[in-house]
Amino acid sequence: MNRYRPRTFALELLMVAVGVAFLFPVYALITLSLKNADQIASSPLGLPRPPTLHNYSEAWSAASLGGALLSSTLVTVLSLVLLIAIGSCAAYFLARTRSRLGYGMYVLFLLGIVLPFQLGMIPLYNLFSRLDLIGSYQSIIVFYSGIQLPFTIFLYTGFIRALPSEYASAALVDGASHWQAYTRIVFPLLRPITGTVLILNAVFIWNDFFTPLLYLAGSDHETVPVRIFAFVGQYVSDYGLVFAGLVLGAIPILVVFLVLQRYVIKGFASGLKG
Amino acid sequence: MTTSTVVKAESEQAPPRPARRRARDRLGPPWFFVVPALLVYAAIVLYPSVSGIVYAFTDWSGLGDWSFVGLKNFDTLFHDEQALGALKNTLLLTVAIVVVQNAIGLALALGVHTRIKSRILLRAVFFAPVVVSPVMVAFLWKYVYNPAPDAGLNGLLGAIGLDSLRQDWLGNPSLALWSVAFMVIWQHAGYSMVIFLAGLEGVPADLHEAATIDGAGRFSRFRYITWPLLAPATTINLMLSTIGGLKLFDQIFAATNGGPGYATETLSTVLYKQAFVFGRFGYSTAVALVLALFVAAVSLVQIRYLRAREDQT
Repeated sequence: MNRYRPRTFALELLMVAVGVAFLFPVYALITLSLKNADQIASSPLGLPRPPTLHNYSEAWSAASLGGALLSSTLVTVLSLVLLIAIGSCAAYFLARTRSRLGYGMYVLFLLGIVLPFQLGMIPLYNLFSRLDLIGSYQSIIVFYSGIQLPFTIFLYTGFIRALPSEYASAALVDGASHWQAYTRIVFPLLRPITGTVLILNAVFIWNDFFTPLLYLAGSDHETVPVRIFAFVGQYVSDYGLVFAGLVLGAIPILVVFLVLQRYVIKGFASGLKG
Repeated sequence: MTTSTVVKAESEQAPPRPARRRARDRLGPPWFFVVPALLVYAAIVLYPSVSGIVYAFTDWSGLGDWSFVGLKNFDTLFHDEQALGALKNTLLLTVAIVVVQNAIGLALALGVHTRIKSRILLRAVFFAPVVVSPVMVAFLWKYVYNPAPDAGLNGLLGAIGLDSLRQDWLGNPSLALWSVAFMVIWQHAGYSMVIFLAGLEGVPADLHEAATIDGAGRFSRFRYITWPLLAPATTINLMLSTIGGLKLFDQIFAATNGGPGYATETLSTVLYKQAFVFGRFGYSTAVALVLALFVAAVSLVQIRYLRAREDQT
């Protein structure tokens, strides 16, 4: 069990083989993105000889990925700020209240976890279009803050319930207002769960496709998945170019994942305990 | 749990309220903490969902007047070959994803939760696709499933001498749904793996040692120690993959758009097309309502059964 035996070595070989097979699509992705059209036609699976970065420079400008990265960053960051601000405050109230109404509200929020967003998709689109907000950052930011609230409130409420209420009480007795007690005492204590909320929602918002397609397609505010979708539609048969675009679109989040690997995996593994 | 007992205590005590409780109430956060969230939630989730439910019983076309048509949309849905096919595809896809993804996730977790030297690296490799946009993964797999004999998966099969297994993975109507399922499983198996890994880390090592001393084999140690203790992780994994499978949209939209023919059409793609291609918004929300009921029913049943299983162990 505790030592590295021949059997462990056999398992190691097996797992590495599985890992290599698992990475086959990634191998195809990277090698194709480094080949020109002739190389792709003559040897689709071979190594690029010689590798070219031409696809990358062309994809970067053809897909206007710079702007899309900026949009995605803006949408993700602002949505997270709003979501965490209103979600954690609400959860603080819901976790500490003893009224029936408060409990009813909590159940109402949790209901949102099972409702598929498609149910309200069209009425909501109409609402934003009546307000003339389609194509604006505001529409998508408010959308994410609302649609991810149930899950966010669920995570925060569970955490706050397990937190002793004495810290905040002490501050209140010392003359702090509720708002001061919350911002200075309670919110800093929520750091571990805020990390989880941040990671799970950031990955969801960054990668979300359909709503930004509905709200932002054709505007100057297209996010990365929407931009990539349009780009692939345009250059569909030019695999080298398309794949260079995919690599460029996936790199930012993969880099963040690799740097924060431990936290991301912990967030995903722990955040969903019911 | 605590909430329900508190609620009961309150109804027994009130009125009159004891002074001590009132003093403690003042220490609880005031109601304005919940107001911003409530407003956003009402505007983004509650109001649209309730409207959606209402529209499901109308002939609304997105423009102009509409009238109530009773259950007609549902009647259409359950007599429409295409919609019924989509319903069947949704269920098949969900079952395939739930079973295979969790089996692979468990196998990977067991393989990585050992002394092997590459465990940290492999964990990152298997998990990495989870953080990438499903649309991009679908475009990548669309190439992997390329029908050309020397490209993608077919090229790989040829290179290792399995020429006879080459397929038109997404073009063959009887194969396309399973190809889509496999692509989704490839992306999310690492997610199941990390949840199982978290469960495995909670299994005490001395239990295994004691069982080994008592002569328990590898299989019976798994069957009687590890597997029961993985119950919470299994619960979470089954719920997540079922709900994810039922709601699946992005990958199908990007890889096959429901084709070839209607072979990979699901409730999500049907409701999208009915709304944005055919302008039948009333009918589309009826399909969405059916999907919502499925998701809600599955969640409730799973929470019940799996909680019961956790309690047993």
